[in-house]
Amino acid sequence: MVLHKLTLRELQDKLTQGEVSAREIVHAYYLRISQVEPKIKAYITQAVDSARAQAEALDQKLKNWRRTMPLMGMPLAIKDNICTEGVLTTCASRMLGTFVPPYDATVIARLRGQGYLLLGKTNLDEFAMGSSTENSAFGPSRNPWNLGYVPGGSSGGSAAAVAADECVAALGSDTGGSIRQPAACCGVVGLKPTYGRVSRYGLVAFASSLDQIGPITKDVADAAVLLNVIAGHDPQDSTSADVSVPDYTRALKKKDVKKLKIGVPREYFAEGLDPEVEQAVRAALDQLNELGGEIIDVSLPMTGVAIATYYVIATAEASSNLARYDGVKYGLRSKQAKDLLEMYMKTRQEGFGPEVKRRIMLGTYTLSAGYYEAYYGKAQAVRTLIRRDFDAAFQEVDLIVTPVMPTPAFKLGEKIEDPLQMYLSDIYTISVNLAGIPAISLPCGFSKVGLPIGLQILGRPFQEETVLRAAYAYEQATNWRTRRPTIR
Amino acid sequence: MQIGKEEIEHVAKLARLEISEAEREAFSQQLSSILTYMEKLKPVNTDEVEPTATVLEQTNVFREDKARACLPVEKALANAPESEAGHFQVPRILEDR
Repeated sequence: MVLHKLTLRELQDKLTQGEVSAREIVHAYYLRISQVEPKIKAYITQAVDSARAQAEALDQKLKNWRRTMPLMGMPLAIKDNICTEGVLTTCASRMLGTFVPPYDATVIARLRGQGYLLLGKTNLDEFAMGSSTENSAFGPSRNPWNLGYVPGGSSGGSAAAVAADECVAALGSDTGGSIRQPAACCGVVGLKPTYGRVSRYGLVAFASSLDQIGPITKDVADAAVLLNVIAGHDPQDSTSADVSVPDYTRALKKKDVKKLKIGVPREYFAEGLDPEVEQAVRAALDQLNELGGEIIDVSLPMTGVAIATYYVIATAEASSNLARYDGVKYGLRSKQAKDLLEMYMKTRQEGFGPEVKRRIMLGTYTLSAGYYEAYYGKAQAVRTLIRRDFDAAFQEVDLIVTPVMPTPAFKLGEKIEDPLQMYLSDIYTISVNLAGIPAISLPCGFSKVGLPIGLQILGRPFQEETVLRAAYAYEQATNWRTRRPTIR
Repeated sequence: MQIGKEEIEHVAKLARLEISEAEREAFSQQLSSILTYMEKLKPVNTDEVEPTATVLEQTNVFREDKARACLPVEKALANAPESEAGHFQVPRILEDR
């Protein structure tokens, strides 16, 4: 039995039927990791000892215990910007190279409450800033479909780990596409929930008005299972929404999109969109039409200024959030400093990588005296207009369907020297964060050279159910999920 | 939009970030091109448009002013680069009299 190929639900069945033990699951996954990890480099830290101990304890319990929990014995990988008590959490930064959190993020406490096993912490662009994992202080992860290509980012380690069967599912975080874009690059499913749906307590802050945690999984149903566990109000996060949580797996009963109106924003199918990607997404729209959806042309007129808006707001918030890394309470402290000011300056010089420094500089500039209104104030006003675009579109339609990125995954090194080109690859994902709405990315085809292509489905705030329903209907009507990478 | 090296130096000081001569050069070029791109926002008419700071409907979130369990001192200090007698230790700030 090849355990690592199973979905979360399949593996869960085997465990509850008594066909496998938690110990065997952990063993099988670390064996798989030892085989492919030298090529993929998805993990920063493997929590081998604690995973084994947790599995032993769980097996003991299961001997005379008939209770089942949704994630009992399920081996998960967690993006390394989510705090795990007692397990190194580096944000792929030298700044936090030795940081061991003294507490669990709320999502981790919830996973633990449902019996999950932490396999390890996955690679990312430093502090989640990037679209390729090339900004990791510990080196890039590789795309399991072709090792010469990036796995996307910033949650590239989580997406690569799921695609390479190095975990059964993973958590990522999404500030401008960081769950959906790597999911698309790696041919797996990634869900960014509505802003406020999932607690951010214990997620190391990048841009607080945009950040959101979500699942990366092998299929849509697994994403629903994980969302059930992590969604919900948390008094520890004042931006977490007090909105009731439905059972998301119930959204998977219909397998059709009858009576749903699906919008296609014309601005997303314009210059710069790779023909192979366009063809795959248009074919997916035909499929959704066959499944009962009514396809409607919509307009999101502010699309052209979304990237500029996003990179003003995200870098401004980042420069403020990252001010905490001063060498005092945790993290790196420069040994070269003679006084307090030098300690700040040199600690930050030594601790941050080039992209993080660039964004701190940008954010500091746009927030500085004389420029605040022209940049930050302006971007916040344009953000309102972007939200109005979506509000207007969702008056007419229930869902919006778009590509996830303009091209399939790009080659390692292709964009790293040109930050603006890297930013422009986020065009289809960032507006979702600015508007705070939910969106899923799932496979909808492959390019001629065999790289996955992603489909993005956007919904109204707190309408993850509708998003999941459409994603599941499409997934079940197609065979993309059966195609798996051969790692070589 | 041109950001000269002096302005880069000024912004780096505001950000408490020491940068090398090579970084000054690179940031000057890169920030200039990124900020030029951001000028796309200028022509957008935002008269009488309220800014969005958060997408959430809620305004103030309060909790009861009650003492709760918190991290023990040893745990809170465990990640500190330097600590002494239950405090974070930093380089001397005050001059000798």
